[in-house]
Amino acid sequence: MAAVGTHEAEQTAASRWAGGRSPFDVGWGKLMMWLFLMSDAITFSGMLVGLWTLRLGSPTWPDRAHIMNIRLVGVMTAILICSSTTMALSVYETRRGARRHAVWFLTATILAGFAFAALQATEWTHFILDGARLNTNPWGVPAFSFTFFIITGYHGLHVVGGCVYLWAMAHRIAKGLSRAGGLEVAGLYWGFVDLVWVFIWPSIYLL
Amino acid sequence: MDAVAVRQPEMAPELHPRESFIRHYIFSIDHKMIGKQYFLTTMFMALVGGAMAMLMRTHLAWPDNGVLNPEQYLQAVTMHGTIMIFFFLTVMLTGGLGNLLIPLMIGARDMAFPFLNMISYWTFVPGVITILLSYFVPGGPAGNGWTAYAPLSAIPAAEGGAGLGQTLWIIAILFVVISSLFGSLNFLTTVLNLRTQGMSMGRLPLTIWGAFVTAVLALLSFPVLMAALGLLLLDRLAGTSFFEAANLIVGGAASPHQGGDALLWQHLFWFFGHPEVYILILTPMGVVSDIISTFSRKPIFGYKAMVLSLSAIGFLSFLVWGHHMFVSGMHPLLGAAFMGSTIIIAVPSAIKTFNWCTTLWHGRIHFTTAMLFAIGFVSVFVTGGLSGIFLAIAPVDLYLHDTYFIVAHFHFVMASASLFAILAGTYYWFPKFFGRTMNETLGKIHFALTFLGIYGTFYPMHFIGIHSNDRRLYQTTAYPFLSHAGPVDVFVSLSAFLLGFAQLFFIVNFLWSLKYGPVAGDNPWHANGLEWTTTTPPPHGNWEGALPTVYRWPYDYSVPGAQNDYVPQTVQAIPLAAAAGAAGGGT
Repeated sequence: MAAVGTHEAEQTAASRWAGGRSPFDVGWGKLMMWLFLMSDAITFSGMLVGLWTLRLGSPTWPDRAHIMNIRLVGVMTAILICSSTTMALSVYETRRGARRHAVWFLTATILAGFAFAALQATEWTHFILDGARLNTNPWGVPAFSFTFFIITGYHGLHVVGGCVYLWAMAHRIAKGLSRAGGLEVAGLYWGFVDLVWVFIWPSIYLL
Repeated sequence: MDAVAVRQPEMAPELHPRESFIRHYIFSIDHKMIGKQYFLTTMFMALVGGAMAMLMRTHLAWPDNGVLNPEQYLQAVTMHGTIMIFFFLTVMLTGGLGNLLIPLMIGARDMAFPFLNMISYWTFVPGVITILLSYFVPGGPAGNGWTAYAPLSAIPAAEGGAGLGQTLWIIAILFVVISSLFGSLNFLTTVLNLRTQGMSMGRLPLTIWGAFVTAVLALLSFPVLMAALGLLLLDRLAGTSFFEAANLIVGGAASPHQGGDALLWQHLFWFFGHPEVYILILTPMGVVSDIISTFSRKPIFGYKAMVLSLSAIGFLSFLVWGHHMFVSGMHPLLGAAFMGSTIIIAVPSAIKTFNWCTTLWHGRIHFTTAMLFAIGFVSVFVTGGLSGIFLAIAPVDLYLHDTYFIVAHFHFVMASASLFAILAGTYYWFPKFFGRTMNETLGKIHFALTFLGIYGTFYPMHFIGIHSNDRRLYQTTAYPFLSHAGPVDVFVSLSAFLLGFAQLFFIVNFLWSLKYGPVAGDNPWHANGLEWTTTTPPPHGNWEGALPTVYRWPYDYSVPGAQNDYVPQTVQAIPLAAAAGAAGGGT
């Protein structure tokens, strides 16, 4: 009689979903970062959908090969992607307990981030000096320049913000305040900033 | 990070009875206090939004008396919609009920990240202040409708309410969006990681399932609104033209914008906007399921079907946004696809409705005020849902679009239903959070008048809508073919005043019961949920001593042969009736 209504089917206490533990064995920090990145990915998607709607709805679109320095953008992309490697190495070194190495790799990651931002700023300067403004540009439809500035600008903010975040993490790792788990969460964010660039890069420069 | 790191403290945290006033009431990190802050703030906003409705109805009943000029009328419409949707329903359900209930119902000490929870509330407050400030700027508040369709919302010269008021509107909504994102991060992490021992996903109360799916929707849809609002703000302030095509003439002058697309705003807005209406209904569906089960003294019928249909509605809500745009000039094939996906949503909604009815069937129904509002919810949800079928059919919608028919539809299915569930939830959980029960007599008067007021206000709108009364029309008397709508409008307005008046019973009841209501025990309704196993009101940390362990789902009512007609989730072996006649009733 005691079994009535107890839902024995769900009495699988060993199940990872049975409560009292994290089903994915991750702490709230990491889980929350994953969720945040999902929502941030959708913010970027909204902007990219905007770009493509305007671009496909526009009779002409400037030829990027003549306006932009594709080689420079290639270098920027390479730097950003390589910085994900140093980030991963930093997490690995922290896990091994080699905090000194970890901080060096983090420094390299931060420098790569700043290099990317600096090259992006060069690109912007070159654009602005050529006469591009948010609502006008010498090459064609205004949508070309405002989508460029807003989307790369929003991504650039993520990169600079990420550098600050990593800086704080480097400090915490050096002082022994954070461990590999916390750094890994920062690494997720940095990987995301890379990944988003892989979508922005073709949308703005290549296609 | 290993699993140990997410385990909660076994014992309740040290209580600090001498916590400073500011830490306890203002910058609290206790989810119950934050929930109460949200609750009271959004209730205040509901009064502001309700006042806007009263103004509109006063004008519409006697349109020639000049209560509002056309501009003020549109501003009242806009602010009514904006405040009710963003500042009342959304935040009440997530920030208010979600905060109050999630940790208690899953057996957690607090949210996963209590500090972020506090930040979330204090991001909402500037939004409230900004939207209220917009009443006092030159030109008045925004007047483009809660959907803020571009290009009207993008060009300051477009109309009176498109000036500074519209800019403040965008900023205010951005605050709400960011606050909601913080909230949903916290809710999802909490429900996934902090369920107590034994509280599997299959034993979660449906209220929590509703809040969980809601948080998923908020997490995935609010960012789109955030992007769209950001772009709109840039259009207004920085001169970009995301949403304005070339050659617009505004106020006699050519607009400098070119290269944008007004439909882009509609797509982005409704990609958010449709999940948003489910953000407003999924938690209520859960709340109502729990209340109906408790007061029918029967297990909820079809728990798994309820969970699956909640999830199905959540999933489908991302595929139907185009049904708001049937008349926007979409390709008819696309319209047909959106029509199909929209009609499919009727299936999970109907499953839920049947399950509520089947739960009531042969139940020993206790007609408490909470139960009346829950049954009222089913009624208004069905009424509004049926008119939704009409509107989902593109060719019918072409005719009914932007008439009062649609006003009637969404006020039943989304606004009233949501409001009923909030009120039901308030009557139901008030004892837990304030230690006293609300007055049942006043509550029943409140219910009767509200129910009559809702039907009196919105039901006749179907008819004037079918007679082509445009929903944003300032003056019906200007059009001879609408002459018959006049008396209906007077009736609707009188019902709306009744509805507004009825809420005074609630306010009086709420305030009076805070101080003088009969003291409630820990479990006044003999309910099964975890929230009823702790003391009333729950201490900081929610349970004195160790966290409870869960052995069953929360719907074990009227188990045959059991001693009581309810078996709380923390009971391992059901105590059997010792002798004949002992079954039923509580202790």
